[in-house]
Amino acid sequence: MIARLLIALTRFLVGGHARWQGCAPAPRQRIYFANHASHLDTLILWAALPADLRRTTHPVAARDYWGAGPIRRFIAVRVLGAVLVDRQGGRGALAPMCQALARGHSLILFPEGTRGSDALPGPFRAGLHHLARACPDAELVPAYLANLARAYPRGAILPAPLHCVVSFGAPLAPQAGEARADFLERARGAVCALAAGEGR
Amino acid sequence: MNEPMIVLLGGVAALLLVASLTGMVLSRRVTGEAGRATVANLNARIRAWWAMVAVFGVAFLVGKGLTIVLFALTSFWCLREFLSLTPTRPEDHRAIAVSFYVFIPLQYWLVADGWQTLFAILIPVWAFLLLPVLAVLKGETEDFLPRTARIQWALMLTVYCISHAPALLFLTGPGFAGKNFLLLFFLVTVVQLSDVLQYVFGKLFGRRPVAPRVSPAKTWEGLVGGGLGATAVGAGLWWITPFSPLQAAAMALAIVVSGFCGGLVLSAVKRSLGAKDWGAMIEGHGGALDRMDSVCFAAPVFFHLTNYFFAA
Repeated sequence: MIARLLIALTRFLVGGHARWQGCAPAPRQRIYFANHASHLDTLILWAALPADLRRTTHPVAARDYWGAGPIRRFIAVRVLGAVLVDRQGGRGALAPMCQALARGHSLILFPEGTRGSDALPGPFRAGLHHLARACPDAELVPAYLANLARAYPRGAILPAPLHCVVSFGAPLAPQAGEARADFLERARGAVCALAAGEGR
Repeated sequence: MNEPMIVLLGGVAALLLVASLTGMVLSRRVTGEAGRATVANLNARIRAWWAMVAVFGVAFLVGKGLTIVLFALTSFWCLREFLSLTPTRPEDHRAIAVSFYVFIPLQYWLVADGWQTLFAILIPVWAFLLLPVLAVLKGETEDFLPRTARIQWALMLTVYCISHAPALLFLTGPGFAGKNFLLLFFLVTVVQLSDVLQYVFGKLFGRRPVAPRVSPAKTWEGLVGGGLGATAVGAGLWWITPFSPLQAAAMALAIVVSGFCGGLVLSAVKRSLGAKDWGAMIEGHGGALDRMDSVCFAAPVFFHLTNYFFAA
């Protein structure tokens, strides 16, 4: 009920429709990773997925924001089914994500670890690489969220109703012998390529 | 008051029925790839017309409140489409949020209230001055003038200009009693019919584009044929207005010409932003602003001509 209401509100205000460019929505295990510009990202990317995929897809959310206060916590954990992680936790912080993957579920991840204010994402943190290594069965799907830095930047109280589109790209995987930094840069490049192709 | 409106809406429905039947026949007859695409687009447009006429018909019959809310929502969608395509920076968020959450409700509240003086200056004066102040407080000077101008333009076109259509509801004058909704109907019908007829005449006879770089689909043949057709229909509708037949024709011509200009100017804006359609909200038509572009220009012109020459 609350999930439907949130999705309806999201659609009304920012649209948040999906554009599947590099792959089709499919009920297989995936790790969606995207650029991070606003607190709405989690909700929008999750809402852009078809309803049956949403049930087994968990956004990864920072405990210091989404775990603070009963309302945010309720929305994150109960409505979105989010996995809360400690941003400063190092490798141990990955445990809850690995648990969700072990159950065969999918994740939504923002590998920058923090919100940027530019159209293109900043450097990715190592978590994505660890997860890819720990769970080689999951497809890594890049996604680009357009317009969100404008719609709901840092420090804004209300989101402005600008139309936001979620583009999903072709899956990629770490190659044998590829250094971690190279892989992370390639993953970031895949998100940036979606931004360039976003056009209008 | 509702009786002529029901007759008129019945007339529109009959017109759409003819269009739907024509579309059905065409889709049976048409051959070739390009022809099929054109007819499919035509039928999508006709279906969308049914939906739009149904929504506005219900609003017109229910009354002023719902009609104003509907136009406010239309402004909301158009503003969203405009600003979504327009490059601004995160620092403009406050100006954009205030445009949506303060100026749309306020402008349409003034329409509902009939406070004509403030209605006329709220956005050209108060919003014009306030928006750059909200942006400058963030301290980002890069592209400051273009960014500010884009938001001001967006608000003027999609909120201020469009709000002149429902503002016809608060005009008073000799022969206006109970006819305000019919004035609004007159405006919307002439504008939209002019668009449709220009499209039809353009497809059938169009050869010489008016401004090929801006909008290759707009031709002189379409403009003249569609414009004259819409003017004739407007003249034929004189009995629902406070105008004489000749005055109604002149008003319809003013609506046609300003509507055409609106379509042309907004096409240029759209192209300068690198887009073909404003959005994908209405199947076959593109975005809401693709349907409202002529109204943006025609509504203020029609409102002020009516107000100056006919209202008390």
